[in-house]
Amino acid sequence: MTKAPAPREITTQPRRSDRIFRRIVTGGGLSSLGILGLITLFLGYRGYEIIASEGLSFITSSDWTVSYDENGNVTDSQFGLAAMLIGTILSAIVAVVVAVPVSVAMALYLNFYSPHALKKYLIAVIDMMAAFPSILFGIWGFLVLMPSAEYWGKLLNKYLGFIPIFEVNPYIFTRSPFIAGMVLAIMIIPIITSVSREVFSQTPLDRIQAAYALGATRWSMIKAVVIPYGKSGVIGGAMLGLGRAMGETVAVYTVLNIVFQINFKILLGAGGNVASLIILRFGEANLFEIKALMAAGLVLFGLTLVINAFAAVIVRRTGSSGR
Amino acid sequence: MSSLSDVANAKVQRAVSPRAQGTGLEARGIHAWFGKHHALADVSLDFAPGTVTALIGPSGCGKSTFIRTLNRMHEFIPSAAMAGEVLLDGKDVYAPGVDVTKIRLQIGMVFQKPNPFPSMTIGENVLSGLKLAQLKVENKDDLLEECLERAGLWKEVKDRLGAHGGSLSGGQQQRLCIARSLAVKPQVLLMDEPCSALDPGSTLRIEETIRQLSETMTIVIVTHNMQQAARVSDYTAFFLSDNGPGEMIEVAPTAEIFSRPKDKRTEDYVTGRFG
Repeated sequence: MTKAPAPREITTQPRRSDRIFRRIVTGGGLSSLGILGLITLFLGYRGYEIIASEGLSFITSSDWTVSYDENGNVTDSQFGLAAMLIGTILSAIVAVVVAVPVSVAMALYLNFYSPHALKKYLIAVIDMMAAFPSILFGIWGFLVLMPSAEYWGKLLNKYLGFIPIFEVNPYIFTRSPFIAGMVLAIMIIPIITSVSREVFSQTPLDRIQAAYALGATRWSMIKAVVIPYGKSGVIGGAMLGLGRAMGETVAVYTVLNIVFQINFKILLGAGGNVASLIILRFGEANLFEIKALMAAGLVLFGLTLVINAFAAVIVRRTGSSGR
Repeated sequence: MSSLSDVANAKVQRAVSPRAQGTGLEARGIHAWFGKHHALADVSLDFAPGTVTALIGPSGCGKSTFIRTLNRMHEFIPSAAMAGEVLLDGKDVYAPGVDVTKIRLQIGMVFQKPNPFPSMTIGENVLSGLKLAQLKVENKDDLLEECLERAGLWKEVKDRLGAHGGSLSGGQQQRLCIARSLAVKPQVLLMDEPCSALDPGSTLRIEETIRQLSETMTIVIVTHNMQQAARVSDYTAFFLSDNGPGEMIEVAPTAEIFSRPKDKRTEDYVTGRFG
């Protein structure tokens, strides 16, 4: 038997136009990485001093005080983000829990139920919702949604109050993480709807027909074929929405009662999120406190990264089964 | 031509099977349109219970469109329209107030490309019709075995019913799809080129399955393979589109179509002079 040859090296000489195009798209692709890296560096550089001096208590304690002497020098300072981090997570979770069912229902309606003529108008309206300024959502949430949402909160408290997170004590329902979450939910519905609609519309037609040919009703076809196929996409969309809800500043600032107190009770009117803390303090902060705010930004950034990484794992795990 | 007619003649002529349910399926004056395009004109065809009818003809002659009007799958295509009547046990399946899901339970369908549900196991695939149509069955295990047995797949998969449908070969997937159609106990099974994506070995297995199934049900099969039509069918209908809507040129017992067709165009097609 003759000896098998060594595998050949396979190369190609791309054309000039191809090389140029490749450089352009590579530049575009790497720029996002570059921008993200520069932001991290900037936040880290500005916030390093605070994180180093506060140590772990920067995320475990919840005091935020700075005192000055008469010359404006800092005499004492304490920075702790615990209350804000918890508020961030709570209101974002409320938002996702409320927004996902609504968005999935909307996406299914658009793909499988809506009359053809209505469909494109509805899609345009939903896309417009995504472009709506968040301050207006905040003001609307404060003036219009809050009175109703307070009532829903009271109902939840009355019937589910035995579960610790629905407890309210003292009895204050206004400006709670629950209401902030509702406003955030409305803000993230467009993105989750849009992603879900896209994946649902890609469901292979032969599987849909197979289900119908077996005597499926529309709803049973959706349960058996469309949802298993689109599940990972919906989770991906929900995570995009979660990211947006955690980073949202103005709407939360308008609605939420920002209090430096650790509060796990979603119906109680106390809390805040990291982004709203930054906007609350930024105007009157001196250079020293700004460093602390930058450090807070870095923590929020890290939290978002962790959640996105977690989402990627979930999407990968659920991804293959329905495809 | 002689070989085809030999195959068709050698097949034992069966009387209409007494075990088949219902009084059969009749298509009366079927027309079909896609938008303005008139795809099929005035097809009338009877399918007696317990028979296998093959629909042959060149591509684009409306065979697939025709069988999709029989179980009301035609209407899924936007802009599709139809005229005429399809009678199942003497009742029009297009009559106002008919529950279309019940029609599709009685007239099952197997598609060109095997399409098991990838999110389900082999066993779940077979029984998926029960869930989709919200049917109750006393003994699921027996039904599962019966359907897989009838589809000729039981021996190959009985030890891995929990594996995913996608882990089977193409031919096995198609037999899984046949088993899936059988689980809801249809009277009629429509098969739209069920073997065109399969190798010759798998094709033979499916043809055996078709012959066994025809003892208890009515089968309509669209095929491009005239050998296959000659091997499996009792009746053959020849469709042709001559620069206009597709029409049915001729229907007759399969042996006759392949040995002494009445129409010149049928003869040209079955002898391979065109198509």
